[in-house]
Amino acid sequence: MTFDLTEEQRMIQDTAREFARKEIMPKAAELDENSRFPAELIGRMAELGFMGIAVPEVYGGAGMDNVCYAIAMEEISRACASTGVIMSVNNSLACDPILKFGSEEVKREYLVPLASGKKLGCFGLTEPGAGSDAGSQKTTAVRDGDFYVVNGTKNFITNAPHADTCVLFTMTDKAKAHKGITAFVVDMKWKGITVGKHEKKMGIKASPTASIVFEDVRVPAKNRLGNDGDGFKVAMNTLDGGRIGIASQALGIARASLEDALAYAKDRKQFGQAICEFQAIQWMLADMATEIDAARLLIWRAAWMKDRKMRHSKESAMAKLYASEAAMRAAVKGVQIHGGYGYIKEYPAERHFRDAKITEIYEGTSEIQRLIIAAALLKG
Amino acid sequence: MDFHPTDEQLQVEEMVRNLARKEFAPRAAQIDEESRYPAENHRMLAELGLLGMLYPAAYGGSEAGPVAYAIALREVASGCASTGVGMAVTNMTGEAIFRYGSEEQRKRYLPMLSGGKGAGAFALTEPGAGSDAGGLSTFARQDGDGFLLDGSKVFITNGEHACVTIVMALTQKSPRKISAFLVEPGTPGFSIGKRERKMGLKGSDTVSLSFEECRVPKSAMLGAPGEGLKIALSALDGGRIGIASQAIGIARSALSAATEYARDRRQFGQAIGEFQAIQWKLADAATELDAAQLLAFRAACMKEKGLPYSKEASMAKLFATEAGNRACHAAVQVLGGYGYIREYPVERHLRDIRVTTIYEGTSEIQRLVISRALCR
Repeated sequence: MTFDLTEEQRMIQDTAREFARKEIMPKAAELDENSRFPAELIGRMAELGFMGIAVPEVYGGAGMDNVCYAIAMEEISRACASTGVIMSVNNSLACDPILKFGSEEVKREYLVPLASGKKLGCFGLTEPGAGSDAGSQKTTAVRDGDFYVVNGTKNFITNAPHADTCVLFTMTDKAKAHKGITAFVVDMKWKGITVGKHEKKMGIKASPTASIVFEDVRVPAKNRLGNDGDGFKVAMNTLDGGRIGIASQALGIARASLEDALAYAKDRKQFGQAICEFQAIQWMLADMATEIDAARLLIWRAAWMKDRKMRHSKESAMAKLYASEAAMRAAVKGVQIHGGYGYIKEYPAERHFRDAKITEIYEGTSEIQRLIIAAALLKG
Repeated sequence: MDFHPTDEQLQVEEMVRNLARKEFAPRAAQIDEESRYPAENHRMLAELGLLGMLYPAAYGGSEAGPVAYAIALREVASGCASTGVGMAVTNMTGEAIFRYGSEEQRKRYLPMLSGGKGAGAFALTEPGAGSDAGGLSTFARQDGDGFLLDGSKVFITNGEHACVTIVMALTQKSPRKISAFLVEPGTPGFSIGKRERKMGLKGSDTVSLSFEECRVPKSAMLGAPGEGLKIALSALDGGRIGIASQAIGIARSALSAATEYARDRRQFGQAIGEFQAIQWKLADAATELDAAQLLAFRAACMKEKGLPYSKEASMAKLFATEAGNRACHAAVQVLGGYGYIREYPVERHLRDIRVTTIYEGTSEIQRLVISRALCR
């Protein structure tokens, strides 16, 4: 047993931390304020190999492991949670399912540009009527010769307005319920695809979120991921990895809350001393730091298991549940330690608070994580 | 990074788990009921080399290391928490003697401790010195070629059954200097007070000790003069990994009892495990206990490598004991009325685990240690 990072893991930590501090952090408040997609940062992250970290080099990726991915996600999200989720969706939800379930041809055509960051991916699972109940897909794909004809609407799709490629879930056999779901790789330029308006959100404002409407979109059969009916498996398997990404994003936000609050508490004087001398403040800091370390260990364990191709659904769910809820608690405390300054935009604490909230919701709410964990326990 | 235990650690886990299931768990309720010190369990721990896990074979130890020790203690505590704390304090006492003792002290005491001749005890707490351990007032006055100890200690685990007790005492009042002494039972002037009656851990012996002109030779001093607090604090860093492991063991037992009950118990026409109200409790407890285990293993790995690990041990102890308490609470709730009666073990788990946020440094002291490291 050892908790030491490998040489490669330490290297990516240093690189990501340095890049995030120098190039992302100074921009984060502005990106949030203007709800601006950070195209220039995504370009830089592509150069650094961050858009396909765990994808083998032959497919355009950096060829590193999932622990590296978790480490880089934490560092990027520490500086800007929006930039973090753009990266996470591309890595976990676009590259990973194509790598695992795509044909060689599909990998060459779609994975290589995604993993190298030349193109951006999105993940079309959620629908207006299919949130936590992802199996109740209404979008249909009907076979027509060498094509499928797709009709339906997806919503809350991260990256949609800037995406070149979508991993799309459709119902091909309604009678089979979730076993009738089929996944495809779709080029967002194809005829019949329109991206709806950007959602206005509480936080992660620099990450664009929009609906996508599919009207008689002709998708080549060769773009299918796995077979007809494999879609739910593809989705669940993909989300097991995605949760490691979102957990790491949450961890980055939690760290931002702690580090900013700590700096403030050392500096701010009241009643004749720095407020970090008061136990009321010390208690909050100690709890934040302890929970952050606990979250990181749960995340690294899940990522390490994924690297070894061990089943990690329960462990990913634990990491995501714990890290996101710890991030929310840390963000609440971070604002509280700043007092009135925590509530105004001059300080980043209020942004962390707004950004943290989404991590308890997307890629499976906390409630869905608890369902997964409890099912695993009760099955024994 | 490698989350797998080594083969040796896995062997320890399997061996101790079997022992705890076969021998400790079946007797735990009776030991609790009778507030009986489980001397037979202590003997079994000795036979398997579990009382000297942190020092080498040359002194009778098994030198299995901090990670294997954390695993073993967790498994023992999951069978019987009282046996677990006795094991924890005995190992901690032995380790302190190994680290700070003279060759003569090591040779005398370590084989006794690992061989189960008696337990080890660690006497720091006093009526007026709990969290503020440095404020102790037991005094050791130099007298000829020895010291005369005067004062009293309270809440001393293993005190009655110890073959050696590490006693912290002032050797100088201004400036204050604390030194550590090894005191054997039967030393004139050393007496053992009555056993405390406790909420839980009833099989563990907790006593007060009093010293009245208790003469010990100069050779009884552990470490150098004035090194007492350093010895105490370093022992407690390791001790905290132990108590974290104890809490994880108790809470895992409670969680597995609750999970089993949730599968079997039917209400409203279905197993109560089908209700989200119950699922949530189980999921939260399991998640927090996994996080606690990882924090404890991280601290143990750092200790094993000789790195500073105070903050990490405090995090592990704080998190594991608080999460463990929440898990035991949840388990009682899952069992409903059956959780409150002695026919089921979870009420004992809840009573047993309560002390873990208190002894070997309260949660409040852990938060002080952590926040000081952060604010430094």
